[in-house]
Amino acid sequence: MSTGTRLAGWAFAGPALIVIALFFAVPVLAALALSLTDFDIYALSDLDNLRFVGIDNYVNLLHEPLFWKALGNTFYFVIVGVPLSIAVSLGAALLLQSKLGRFKPFFRTAFFAPVVTTVVAVAVIWRYLFHTKYGLVNWGLGGIGIDPIDWLGDPQWAMPTIILFAVWKNFGYNMIIFIAGLQAIPEDLYEAARIDGASFWGQFRHVTLPLLGPVLLLVGILTMAGYFQLFAEPYVMTQGGPLESTVSVLYLMYEQGFKWWNLGAASAVAFVLFVLMAGITSGLLWFARRRGAE
Amino acid sequence: MNQRIATLVINGLLIGLAVLSLMPLLWMLSVSLMQPGEASAFPPPLLPAHATFENYHELFARAGMGRYLANSFAIASATTLLSLFFNVMAGYAFAKLQFAGKEKVFALLLAALVIPGQVAMMPLFLMLKEMGLVNTYGGAIVPGMAGIFGIFLVRQYARTLPDELLEAARIDGASEFRIFWQIVLPALKPILVTLAIFSFLGSWNDFMWPLIVLGDSDLHTLPVALASLSREHVQDNELMMAGSVVTVLPVLLLFLSLQRYYLQGLLMGSVKG
Repeated sequence: MSTGTRLAGWAFAGPALIVIALFFAVPVLAALALSLTDFDIYALSDLDNLRFVGIDNYVNLLHEPLFWKALGNTFYFVIVGVPLSIAVSLGAALLLQSKLGRFKPFFRTAFFAPVVTTVVAVAVIWRYLFHTKYGLVNWGLGGIGIDPIDWLGDPQWAMPTIILFAVWKNFGYNMIIFIAGLQAIPEDLYEAARIDGASFWGQFRHVTLPLLGPVLLLVGILTMAGYFQLFAEPYVMTQGGPLESTVSVLYLMYEQGFKWWNLGAASAVAFVLFVLMAGITSGLLWFARRRGAE
Repeated sequence: MNQRIATLVINGLLIGLAVLSLMPLLWMLSVSLMQPGEASAFPPPLLPAHATFENYHELFARAGMGRYLANSFAIASATTLLSLFFNVMAGYAFAKLQFAGKEKVFALLLAALVIPGQVAMMPLFLMLKEMGLVNTYGGAIVPGMAGIFGIFLVRQYARTLPDELLEAARIDGASEFRIFWQIVLPALKPILVTLAIFSFLGSWNDFMWPLIVLGDSDLHTLPVALASLSREHVQDNELMMAGSVVTVLPVLLLFLSLQRYYLQGLLMGSVKG
Protein backbone atom coordinates (compact mmCIF):
# COMPACT_ATOMS: atom_id res chain seq x y z
CA MET A 1 0.00 0.00 0.00
CA SER A 2 1.47 3.32 -1.08
CA THR A 3 1.71 6.57 0.81
CA GLY A 4 -0.92 7.77 -1.67
CA THR A 5 -3.63 5.59 -0.19
CA ARG A 6 -2.43 6.40 3.30
CA LEU A 7 -2.94 10.09 2.73
CA ALA A 8 -6.20 9.31 1.00
CA GLY A 9 -7.41 7.55 4.16
CA TRP A 10 -6.99 10.67 6.27
CA ALA A 11 -8.33 12.88 3.50
CA PHE A 12 -11.53 10.85 3.32
CA ALA A 13 -12.03 10.31 7.05
CA GLY A 14 -10.75 13.75 8.04
CA PRO A 15 -13.74 16.01 7.32
CA ALA A 16 -16.17 13.85 9.33
CA LEU A 17 -13.67 13.46 12.17
CA ILE A 18 -13.12 17.22 12.33
CA VAL A 19 -16.87 17.85 12.48
CA ILE A 20 -17.32 15.22 15.21
CA ALA A 21 -14.38 16.57 17.19
CA LEU A 22 -15.50 20.18 16.89
CA PHE A 23 -19.22 19.77 17.49
CA PHE A 24 -19.28 16.71 19.73
CA ALA A 25 -15.99 15.82 21.43
CA VAL A 26 -15.04 19.38 22.37
CA PRO A 27 -18.52 20.22 23.71
CA VAL A 28 -18.59 17.02 25.79
CA LEU A 29 -15.27 17.91 27.41
CA ALA A 30 -16.39 21.51 27.78
CA ALA A 31 -19.55 20.28 29.49
CA LEU A 32 -17.44 18.63 32.15
CA ALA A 33 -15.63 21.93 32.73
CA LEU A 34 -18.90 23.88 32.59
CA SER A 35 -20.42 21.61 35.24
CA LEU A 36 -17.70 22.80 37.64
CA THR A 37 -18.67 26.47 37.22
CA ASP A 38 -21.63 28.58 38.29
CA PHE A 39 -22.39 29.56 34.66
CA ASP A 40 -25.74 31.35 34.79
CA ILE A 41 -27.63 34.15 33.07
CA TYR A 42 -25.13 36.74 34.36
CA ALA A 43 -22.21 34.82 32.93
CA LEU A 44 -24.15 34.53 29.68
CA SER A 45 -24.08 38.30 29.32
CA ASP A 46 -20.59 38.83 30.76
CA LEU A 47 -18.02 36.07 31.21
CA ASP A 48 -16.42 38.01 34.12
CA ASN A 49 -19.28 36.77 36.28
CA LEU A 50 -18.14 33.17 35.82
CA ARG A 51 -16.69 31.42 38.87
CA PHE A 52 -15.17 28.01 39.41
CA VAL A 53 -17.19 26.22 42.07
CA GLY A 54 -15.71 22.71 42.08
CA ILE A 55 -18.29 20.01 42.66
CA ASP A 56 -20.85 22.43 44.17
CA ASN A 57 -23.31 21.85 41.31
CA TYR A 58 -23.26 18.12 41.98
CA VAL A 59 -23.63 18.60 45.73
CA ASN A 60 -26.53 21.01 45.24
CA LEU A 61 -28.16 18.52 42.93
CA LEU A 62 -28.07 15.84 45.63
CA HIS A 63 -29.82 18.26 47.99
CA GLU A 64 -32.46 19.22 45.46
CA PRO A 65 -35.74 17.32 45.98
CA LEU A 66 -36.81 17.90 42.36
CA PHE A 67 -33.67 16.11 41.14
CA TRP A 68 -34.55 13.00 43.15
CA LYS A 69 -38.11 13.25 41.94
CA ALA A 70 -36.91 13.47 38.32
CA LEU A 71 -34.52 10.58 38.85
CA GLY A 72 -37.29 8.48 40.38
CA ASN A 73 -39.68 9.31 37.54
CA THR A 74 -37.05 8.46 34.94
CA PHE A 75 -36.28 5.14 36.61
CA TYR A 76 -39.99 4.37 36.81
CA PHE A 77 -40.26 5.03 33.09
CA VAL A 78 -37.20 2.89 32.29
CA ILE A 79 -37.87 -0.01 34.66
CA VAL A 80 -41.49 -0.46 33.62
CA GLY A 81 -41.25 0.80 30.05
CA VAL A 82 -38.23 -1.14 28.79
CA PRO A 83 -39.39 -4.68 29.75
CA LEU A 84 -42.92 -3.90 28.60
CA SER A 85 -41.69 -2.60 25.23
CA ILE A 86 -39.43 -5.60 24.74
CA ALA A 87 -42.21 -8.03 25.64
CA VAL A 88 -44.59 -6.46 23.13
CA SER A 89 -41.84 -6.37 20.47
CA LEU A 90 -41.04 -10.04 21.01
CA GLY A 91 -44.73 -10.97 20.99
CA ALA A 92 -45.27 -9.13 17.72
CA ALA A 93 -42.16 -10.72 16.20
CA LEU A 94 -43.35 -14.21 17.20
CA LEU A 95 -46.77 -13.51 15.69
CA LEU A 96 -45.17 -12.35 12.44
CA GLN A 97 -42.89 -15.43 12.37
CA SER A 98 -45.77 -17.84 12.87
CA LYS A 99 -46.54 -19.95 9.81
CA LEU A 100 -50.23 -19.57 10.53
CA GLY A 101 -50.37 -15.78 10.12
CA ARG A 102 -51.69 -14.16 6.93
CA PHE A 103 -50.89 -10.84 5.19
CA LYS A 104 -47.60 -10.54 7.09
CA PRO A 105 -46.03 -7.72 5.03
CA PHE A 106 -49.09 -5.58 5.73
CA PHE A 107 -49.01 -6.31 9.46
CA ARG A 108 -45.29 -5.69 9.67
CA THR A 109 -45.69 -2.26 8.06
CA ALA A 110 -48.67 -1.45 10.27
CA PHE A 111 -46.76 -2.32 13.45
CA PHE A 112 -43.77 -0.32 12.31
CA ALA A 113 -45.63 2.81 11.21
CA PRO A 114 -45.66 4.48 14.67
CA VAL A 115 -41.85 4.23 14.83
CA VAL A 116 -41.26 6.66 11.97
CA THR A 117 -43.83 9.20 13.16
CA THR A 118 -42.83 12.42 14.91
CA VAL A 119 -42.96 12.12 18.72
CA VAL A 120 -44.42 15.60 19.19
CA ALA A 121 -47.20 15.03 16.65
CA VAL A 122 -48.27 11.65 17.99
CA ALA A 123 -48.00 12.85 21.59
CA VAL A 124 -50.55 15.51 20.65
CA ILE A 125 -52.82 12.72 19.37
CA TRP A 126 -52.42 10.74 22.56
CA ARG A 127 -53.17 13.70 24.71
CA TYR A 128 -56.50 13.84 22.94
CA LEU A 129 -57.09 10.06 22.91
CA PHE A 130 -56.68 10.07 26.69
CA HIS A 131 -58.74 13.22 27.22
CA THR A 132 -60.84 12.76 30.36
CA LYS A 133 -64.09 13.91 28.80
CA TYR A 134 -63.85 13.47 25.03
CA GLY A 135 -61.14 10.83 24.66
CA LEU A 136 -61.70 7.57 22.84
CA VAL A 137 -60.04 5.60 25.66
CA ASN A 138 -62.38 6.66 28.44
CA TRP A 139 -65.33 6.20 26.08
CA GLY A 140 -64.19 2.62 25.42
CA LEU A 141 -63.67 1.97 29.13
CA GLY A 142 -67.09 3.45 29.84
CA GLY A 143 -68.50 0.77 27.54
CA ILE A 144 -67.28 -1.91 29.93
CA GLY A 145 -68.41 -0.03 33.01
CA ILE A 146 -65.20 1.70 34.11
CA ASP A 147 -65.49 5.28 35.34
CA PRO A 148 -63.58 7.97 33.43
CA ILE A 149 -59.92 8.22 34.45
CA ASP A 150 -58.11 11.54 34.46
CA TRP A 151 -55.17 9.97 32.64
CA LEU A 152 -52.87 12.96 32.27
CA GLY A 153 -54.20 15.00 35.18
CA ASP A 154 -53.78 12.44 37.93
CA PRO A 155 -50.23 12.06 39.31
CA GLN A 156 -50.80 8.33 39.62
CA TRP A 157 -51.84 7.84 36.00
CA ALA A 158 -49.71 10.36 34.11
CA MET A 159 -46.53 8.27 33.97
CA PRO A 160 -48.34 5.00 33.10
CA THR A 161 -50.02 6.86 30.23
CA ILE A 162 -46.64 8.06 28.96
CA ILE A 163 -45.27 4.52 29.27
CA LEU A 164 -48.17 3.15 27.20
CA PHE A 165 -47.45 5.84 24.64
CA ALA A 166 -43.76 4.90 24.47
CA VAL A 167 -44.59 1.21 24.06
CA TRP A 168 -47.01 1.98 21.24
CA LYS A 169 -44.56 4.29 19.52
CA ASN A 170 -41.44 2.12 19.80
CA PHE A 171 -42.29 -1.57 19.85
CA GLY A 172 -42.00 -1.91 16.06
CA TYR A 173 -38.32 -1.04 16.10
CA ASN A 174 -37.19 -3.92 18.29
CA MET A 175 -39.71 -6.17 16.58
CA ILE A 176 -37.68 -5.92 13.35
CA ILE A 177 -34.49 -6.86 15.19
CA PHE A 178 -36.25 -9.79 16.88
CA ILE A 179 -37.61 -11.06 13.56
CA ALA A 180 -34.06 -11.20 12.20
CA GLY A 181 -32.93 -12.97 15.37
CA LEU A 182 -35.76 -15.51 15.15
CA GLN A 183 -34.99 -16.22 11.52
CA ALA A 184 -31.43 -17.12 12.49
CA ILE A 185 -32.62 -19.95 14.79
CA PRO A 186 -32.33 -23.25 12.89
CA GLU A 187 -35.67 -24.94 12.24
CA ASP A 188 -34.22 -28.37 13.26
CA LEU A 189 -34.02 -27.26 16.89
CA TYR A 190 -37.79 -26.71 16.98
CA GLU A 191 -38.25 -29.99 15.14
CA ALA A 192 -36.19 -31.81 17.79
CA ALA A 193 -38.08 -30.08 20.62
CA ARG A 194 -41.39 -31.10 19.09
CA ILE A 195 -40.26 -34.73 18.79
CA ASP A 196 -39.38 -34.57 22.50
CA GLY A 197 -42.95 -33.48 23.06
CA ALA A 198 -42.27 -29.82 23.96
CA SER A 199 -45.36 -27.60 23.94
CA PHE A 200 -45.38 -24.17 22.29
CA TRP A 201 -44.43 -22.63 25.64
CA GLY A 202 -41.70 -25.25 26.17
CA GLN A 203 -40.22 -24.53 22.75
CA PHE A 204 -40.24 -20.83 23.54
CA ARG A 205 -38.50 -21.27 26.88
CA HIS A 206 -35.93 -23.87 25.91
CA VAL A 207 -35.16 -22.98 22.28
CA THR A 208 -36.23 -19.45 21.42
CA LEU A 209 -35.26 -17.55 24.56
CA PRO A 210 -31.75 -19.03 25.07
CA LEU A 211 -30.82 -18.62 21.41
CA LEU A 212 -32.18 -15.09 21.38
CA GLY A 213 -30.01 -14.18 24.39
CA PRO A 214 -27.45 -11.95 22.66
CA VAL A 215 -30.18 -10.18 20.66
CA LEU A 216 -32.16 -9.59 23.87
CA LEU A 217 -29.10 -8.07 25.51
CA LEU A 218 -28.48 -5.75 22.58
CA VAL A 219 -32.12 -4.71 22.37
CA GLY A 220 -32.24 -4.21 26.13
CA ILE A 221 -29.24 -1.90 26.13
CA LEU A 222 -30.37 0.13 23.11
CA THR A 223 -33.91 0.53 24.44
CA MET A 224 -32.71 1.49 27.89
CA ALA A 225 -30.36 4.12 26.50
CA GLY A 226 -33.24 5.57 24.50
CA TYR A 227 -35.71 5.53 27.39
CA PHE A 228 -33.32 7.30 29.75
CA GLN A 229 -33.55 10.23 27.32
CA LEU A 230 -37.25 10.82 27.99
CA PHE A 231 -38.09 14.43 27.17
CA ALA A 232 -40.53 15.28 24.35
CA GLU A 233 -43.36 13.14 25.73
CA PRO A 234 -43.71 14.94 29.09
CA TYR A 235 -42.95 18.28 27.41
CA VAL A 236 -45.97 17.93 25.12
CA MET A 237 -48.36 15.75 27.11
CA THR A 238 -48.01 16.97 30.69
CA GLN A 239 -45.35 19.71 30.90
CA GLY A 240 -43.82 17.73 33.72
CA GLY A 241 -46.98 17.72 35.76
CA PRO A 242 -49.23 16.94 37.48
CA LEU A 243 -47.38 17.56 40.76
CA GLU A 244 -44.06 17.00 38.94
CA SER A 245 -44.94 13.35 38.46
CA THR A 246 -43.57 13.30 34.90
CA VAL A 247 -40.51 15.54 35.25
CA SER A 248 -37.68 13.47 33.75
CA VAL A 249 -33.95 14.02 34.18
CA LEU A 250 -33.66 15.59 30.73
CA TYR A 251 -36.73 17.71 31.37
CA LEU A 252 -34.97 19.03 34.44
CA MET A 253 -31.81 19.62 32.41
CA TYR A 254 -33.76 21.54 29.77
CA GLU A 255 -35.49 23.73 32.34
CA GLN A 256 -32.27 24.40 34.27
CA GLY A 257 -30.26 25.09 31.14
CA PHE A 258 -32.57 26.77 28.68
CA LYS A 259 -35.40 28.14 30.77
CA TRP A 260 -33.42 29.47 33.76
CA TRP A 261 -30.07 29.63 31.92
CA ASN A 262 -28.19 27.81 34.67
CA LEU A 263 -25.91 26.15 32.13
CA GLY A 264 -23.42 24.98 34.78
CA ALA A 265 -26.05 23.18 36.82
CA ALA A 266 -27.65 21.78 33.66
CA SER A 267 -24.30 20.32 32.59
CA ALA A 268 -24.01 18.61 35.96
CA VAL A 269 -27.46 17.06 35.43
CA ALA A 270 -26.39 15.81 32.00
CA PHE A 271 -23.24 14.25 33.39
CA VAL A 272 -25.08 12.48 36.18
CA LEU A 273 -27.41 11.00 33.56
CA PHE A 274 -24.45 9.92 31.43
CA VAL A 275 -22.68 8.25 34.34
CA LEU A 276 -25.87 6.44 35.34
CA MET A 277 -26.45 5.18 31.81
CA ALA A 278 -22.84 4.07 31.37
CA GLY A 279 -22.88 2.35 34.78
CA ILE A 280 -26.08 0.43 34.12
CA THR A 281 -24.95 -0.57 30.62
CA SER A 282 -21.66 -1.98 31.90
CA GLY A 283 -23.55 -3.71 34.71
CA LEU A 284 -25.80 -5.41 32.18
CA LEU A 285 -22.82 -6.45 30.04
CA TRP A 286 -21.00 -7.81 33.08
CA PHE A 287 -24.09 -9.74 34.13
CA ALA A 288 -24.52 -11.19 30.63
CA ARG A 289 -20.88 -12.20 30.38
CA ARG A 290 -21.02 -13.97 33.73
CA ARG A 291 -24.17 -15.84 32.78
CA GLY A 292 -22.63 -16.72 29.43
CA ALA A 293 -19.48 -18.05 31.09
CA GLU A 294 -21.32 -20.35 33.45
CA MET B 1 -59.17 -28.66 14.85
CA ASN B 2 -56.38 -27.48 17.16
CA GLN B 3 -54.61 -26.03 14.14
CA ARG B 4 -57.73 -24.07 13.20
CA ILE B 5 -58.03 -22.55 16.66
CA ALA B 6 -54.35 -21.60 16.62
CA THR B 7 -54.74 -19.97 13.19
CA LEU B 8 -57.74 -18.04 14.48
CA VAL B 9 -55.94 -16.86 17.62
CA ILE B 10 -52.78 -15.78 15.80
CA ASN B 11 -54.59 -13.89 13.08
CA GLY B 12 -56.92 -12.40 15.65
CA LEU B 13 -53.95 -11.12 17.65
CA LEU B 14 -52.32 -9.75 14.49
CA ILE B 15 -55.49 -7.85 13.60
CA GLY B 16 -55.88 -6.58 17.16
CA LEU B 17 -52.33 -5.28 17.30
CA ALA B 18 -52.68 -3.66 13.88
CA VAL B 19 -55.84 -1.87 15.06
CA LEU B 20 -54.00 -0.59 18.13
CA SER B 21 -51.05 0.54 15.98
CA LEU B 22 -53.06 2.32 13.30
CA MET B 23 -56.11 3.52 15.22
CA PRO B 24 -54.50 6.66 16.67
CA LEU B 25 -53.17 7.63 13.24
CA LEU B 26 -56.48 7.01 11.47
CA TRP B 27 -58.39 8.86 14.15
CA MET B 28 -55.99 11.79 13.77
CA LEU B 29 -56.81 11.90 10.05
CA SER B 30 -60.54 11.65 10.69
CA VAL B 31 -60.66 14.34 13.37
CA SER B 32 -58.52 16.67 11.25
CA LEU B 33 -61.38 16.72 8.71
CA MET B 34 -64.08 17.63 11.26
CA GLN B 35 -65.70 21.02 11.77
CA PRO B 36 -64.12 23.06 14.59
CA GLY B 37 -65.61 21.87 17.88
CA GLU B 38 -67.16 18.73 16.42
CA ALA B 39 -64.71 16.40 18.15
CA SER B 40 -65.38 17.87 21.58
CA ALA B 41 -68.47 15.80 22.12
CA PHE B 42 -69.44 12.67 23.95
CA PRO B 43 -69.37 9.99 22.70
CA PRO B 44 -66.43 11.01 20.49
CA PRO B 45 -67.43 10.90 16.81
CA LEU B 46 -65.42 8.42 14.74
CA LEU B 47 -65.98 10.02 11.36
CA PRO B 48 -66.67 13.65 10.38
CA ALA B 49 -70.32 14.42 9.70
CA HIS B 50 -69.27 16.69 6.82
CA ALA B 51 -65.61 16.39 5.89
CA THR B 52 -63.93 19.77 5.58
CA PHE B 53 -60.45 21.14 4.90
CA GLU B 54 -61.24 24.15 7.08
CA ASN B 55 -58.59 23.22 9.68
CA TYR B 56 -55.85 22.86 7.10
CA HIS B 57 -56.86 26.17 5.58
CA GLU B 58 -56.74 27.80 8.99
CA LEU B 59 -53.31 26.31 9.72
CA PHE B 60 -51.72 27.51 6.50
CA ALA B 61 -53.56 30.83 6.21
CA ARG B 62 -53.27 31.97 9.82
CA ALA B 63 -50.97 29.81 11.91
CA GLY B 64 -48.04 30.01 9.46
CA MET B 65 -47.88 26.27 8.84
CA GLY B 66 -46.43 26.76 5.35
CA ARG B 67 -43.47 28.53 6.85
CA TYR B 68 -42.82 25.72 9.39
CA LEU B 69 -43.19 23.09 6.70
CA ALA B 70 -40.62 24.91 4.57
CA ASN B 71 -38.26 25.24 7.56
CA SER B 72 -38.52 21.54 8.30
CA PHE B 73 -37.89 20.64 4.65
CA ALA B 74 -34.92 22.99 4.37
CA ILE B 75 -33.27 21.83 7.58
CA ALA B 76 -33.90 18.10 7.01
CA SER B 77 -32.71 18.27 3.38
CA ALA B 78 -29.54 20.18 4.19
CA THR B 79 -28.78 17.85 7.10
CA THR B 80 -29.27 14.84 4.81
CA LEU B 81 -26.94 16.16 2.10
CA LEU B 82 -24.20 17.08 4.56
CA SER B 83 -24.56 13.81 6.42
CA LEU B 84 -24.17 11.90 3.14
CA PHE B 85 -21.08 13.89 2.24
CA PHE B 86 -19.25 13.42 5.55
CA ASN B 87 -20.33 9.95 6.58
CA VAL B 88 -19.98 8.19 3.25
CA MET B 89 -16.41 9.36 2.76
CA ALA B 90 -15.43 8.47 6.31
CA GLY B 91 -17.26 5.14 6.28
CA TYR B 92 -15.47 4.16 3.09
CA ALA B 93 -12.09 5.21 4.52
CA PHE B 94 -12.62 3.12 7.67
CA ALA B 95 -13.69 0.13 5.59
CA LYS B 96 -11.23 0.09 2.73
CA LEU B 97 -8.31 2.51 3.14
CA GLN B 98 -5.24 2.04 5.31
CA PHE B 99 -4.02 4.93 7.42
CA ALA B 100 -2.06 5.39 10.59
CA GLY B 101 -4.16 5.17 13.75
CA LYS B 102 -7.25 3.93 11.90
CA GLU B 103 -8.15 1.13 14.32
CA LYS B 104 -7.62 3.31 17.37
CA VAL B 105 -9.72 6.16 16.04
CA PHE B 106 -12.49 3.76 15.13
CA ALA B 107 -12.46 2.13 18.57
CA LEU B 108 -12.64 5.61 20.10
CA LEU B 109 -15.66 6.47 17.94
CA LEU B 110 -17.47 3.30 18.97
CA ALA B 111 -16.75 3.99 22.64
CA ALA B 112 -18.14 7.53 22.23
CA LEU B 113 -21.48 6.04 21.15
CA VAL B 114 -22.43 5.61 24.82
CA ILE B 115 -22.32 9.36 25.44
CA PRO B 116 -25.82 10.79 25.16
CA GLY B 117 -25.89 13.76 22.79
CA GLN B 118 -27.56 15.99 25.39
CA VAL B 119 -24.31 16.20 27.36
CA ALA B 120 -22.87 18.32 24.54
CA MET B 121 -25.88 20.62 24.24
CA MET B 122 -25.00 23.35 26.76
CA PRO B 123 -21.45 24.04 25.48
CA LEU B 124 -22.58 23.57 21.89
CA PHE B 125 -25.20 26.25 22.40
CA LEU B 126 -22.58 28.66 23.78
CA MET B 127 -20.20 27.81 20.93
CA LEU B 128 -22.82 28.39 18.26
CA LYS B 129 -23.81 31.62 19.98
CA GLU B 130 -20.20 32.82 19.65
CA MET B 131 -20.24 31.80 15.99
CA GLY B 132 -23.52 33.64 15.41
CA LEU B 133 -25.32 30.43 14.51
CA VAL B 134 -27.99 30.47 17.22
CA ASN B 135 -31.34 31.29 15.61
CA THR B 136 -30.22 30.20 12.15
CA TYR B 137 -30.84 27.12 10.02
CA GLY B 138 -27.12 26.41 10.38
CA GLY B 139 -27.43 26.01 14.13
CA ALA B 140 -30.16 23.42 13.71
CA ILE B 141 -28.16 21.51 11.08
CA VAL B 142 -24.79 21.31 12.85
CA PRO B 143 -25.33 18.33 15.24
CA GLY B 144 -26.75 16.09 12.49
CA MET B 145 -23.98 16.72 9.93
CA ALA B 146 -21.59 13.90 10.73
CA GLY B 147 -22.41 11.07 13.05
CA ILE B 148 -20.77 7.97 14.43
CA PHE B 149 -23.81 5.87 13.61
CA GLY B 150 -23.74 7.00 9.98
CA ILE B 151 -20.04 6.25 9.60
CA PHE B 152 -20.57 2.83 11.16
CA LEU B 153 -23.48 2.07 8.82
CA VAL B 154 -21.51 2.96 5.67
CA ARG B 155 -18.44 1.08 6.90
CA GLN B 156 -20.42 -2.12 7.45
CA TYR B 157 -21.69 -1.99 3.90
CA ALA B 158 -18.46 -0.82 2.24
CA ARG B 159 -16.54 -3.72 3.75
CA THR B 160 -18.37 -6.06 1.37
CA LEU B 161 -16.87 -4.35 -1.72
CA PRO B 162 -14.23 -6.61 -3.32
CA ASP B 163 -10.67 -5.33 -2.86
CA GLU B 164 -9.69 -6.57 -6.33
CA LEU B 165 -11.99 -4.00 -7.87
CA LEU B 166 -10.18 -1.14 -6.14
CA GLU B 167 -6.72 -2.63 -6.71
CA ALA B 168 -7.37 -3.05 -10.41
CA ALA B 169 -8.30 0.60 -10.69
CA ARG B 170 -5.17 1.62 -8.75
CA ILE B 171 -2.97 -0.44 -11.09
CA ASP B 172 -4.64 1.34 -14.01
CA GLY B 173 -3.41 4.56 -12.39
CA ALA B 174 -6.76 5.95 -11.28
CA SER B 175 -6.53 8.53 -8.46
CA GLU B 176 -8.11 7.73 -5.09
CA PHE B 177 -10.71 10.40 -5.64
CA ARG B 178 -11.61 9.02 -9.03
CA ILE B 179 -11.91 5.50 -7.61
CA PHE B 180 -14.25 6.82 -4.94
CA TRP B 181 -16.37 8.77 -7.37
CA GLN B 182 -16.58 6.28 -10.24
CA ILE B 183 -16.40 2.88 -8.56
CA VAL B 184 -17.17 3.14 -4.86
CA LEU B 185 -20.10 5.58 -4.88
CA PRO B 186 -22.17 3.68 -7.46
CA ALA B 187 -21.55 0.44 -5.57
CA LEU B 188 -22.66 2.05 -2.30
CA LYS B 189 -25.98 3.28 -3.70
CA PRO B 190 -28.27 1.14 -1.50
CA ILE B 191 -26.58 2.29 1.69
CA LEU B 192 -26.68 5.90 0.49
CA VAL B 193 -30.45 5.64 0.25
CA THR B 194 -30.60 4.07 3.71
CA LEU B 195 -28.41 6.74 5.27
CA ALA B 196 -30.39 9.48 3.55
CA ILE B 197 -33.68 8.21 5.01
CA PHE B 198 -32.20 7.90 8.48
CA SER B 199 -30.76 11.42 8.36
CA PHE B 200 -33.92 12.95 6.96
CA LEU B 201 -36.23 11.24 9.46
CA GLY B 202 -33.86 11.96 12.32
CA SER B 203 -33.69 15.64 11.50
CA TRP B 204 -37.40 15.99 10.71
CA ASN B 205 -38.50 14.28 13.94
CA ASP B 206 -35.89 15.90 16.19
CA PHE B 207 -37.36 18.09 18.89
CA MET B 208 -35.04 19.02 21.72
CA TRP B 209 -32.21 20.63 19.78
CA PRO B 210 -34.34 22.74 17.40
CA LEU B 211 -36.38 23.78 20.44
CA ILE B 212 -33.19 25.06 22.08
CA VAL B 213 -31.41 26.63 19.15
CA LEU B 214 -34.32 28.11 17.17
CA GLY B 215 -35.80 30.68 19.54
CA ASP B 216 -37.15 32.82 16.72
CA SER B 217 -40.62 31.51 15.81
CA ASP B 218 -40.08 32.30 12.11
CA LEU B 219 -37.45 29.58 12.05
CA HIS B 220 -39.38 26.92 13.97
CA THR B 221 -39.57 23.41 12.55
CA LEU B 222 -42.87 21.53 12.52
CA PRO B 223 -42.39 19.67 15.84
CA VAL B 224 -41.37 22.85 17.68
CA ALA B 225 -44.22 24.82 16.14
CA LEU B 226 -46.68 22.04 16.88
CA ALA B 227 -45.59 21.85 20.52
CA SER B 228 -46.10 25.59 21.02
CA LEU B 229 -49.39 25.56 19.08
CA SER B 230 -50.62 22.75 21.30
CA ARG B 231 -49.94 24.85 24.37
CA GLU B 232 -51.92 27.77 22.93
CA HIS B 233 -54.77 25.80 21.38
CA VAL B 234 -55.47 23.21 24.05
CA GLN B 235 -59.15 23.04 23.13
CA ASP B 236 -58.86 23.10 19.33
CA ASN B 237 -58.55 19.36 18.81
CA GLU B 238 -59.45 19.45 15.12
CA LEU B 239 -56.82 22.07 14.37
CA MET B 240 -54.16 20.21 16.34
CA MET B 241 -54.95 16.95 14.56
CA ALA B 242 -54.56 18.69 11.20
CA GLY B 243 -51.19 20.00 12.40
CA SER B 244 -50.17 16.48 13.36
CA VAL B 245 -51.19 15.18 9.93
CA VAL B 246 -49.05 17.81 8.21
CA THR B 247 -46.09 16.86 10.44
CA VAL B 248 -46.39 13.09 10.22
CA LEU B 249 -47.56 12.55 6.63
CA PRO B 250 -44.31 13.45 4.81
CA VAL B 251 -42.16 11.07 6.87
CA LEU B 252 -44.77 8.33 6.78
CA LEU B 253 -44.89 8.53 2.97
CA LEU B 254 -41.11 8.59 2.77
CA PHE B 255 -40.93 5.48 4.91
CA LEU B 256 -43.64 3.65 2.96
CA SER B 257 -41.95 4.31 -0.37
CA LEU B 258 -38.47 3.30 0.80
CA GLN B 259 -39.36 0.79 3.51
CA ARG B 260 -36.94 -1.91 2.29
CA TYR B 261 -33.90 0.36 2.61
CA TYR B 262 -34.95 1.66 6.01
CA LEU B 263 -35.45 -1.77 7.58
CA GLN B 264 -32.19 -3.05 6.07
CA GLY B 265 -30.31 -0.15 7.62
CA LEU B 266 -32.00 -0.66 10.97
CA LEU B 267 -30.72 -4.25 11.03
CA MET B 268 -27.21 -3.36 9.87
CA GLY B 269 -26.94 -0.61 12.43
CA SER B 270 -27.83 -2.85 15.32
CA VAL B 271 -25.74 -5.88 14.38
CA LYS B 272 -22.54 -5.81 16.40
CA GLY B 273 -23.49 -2.45 17.94
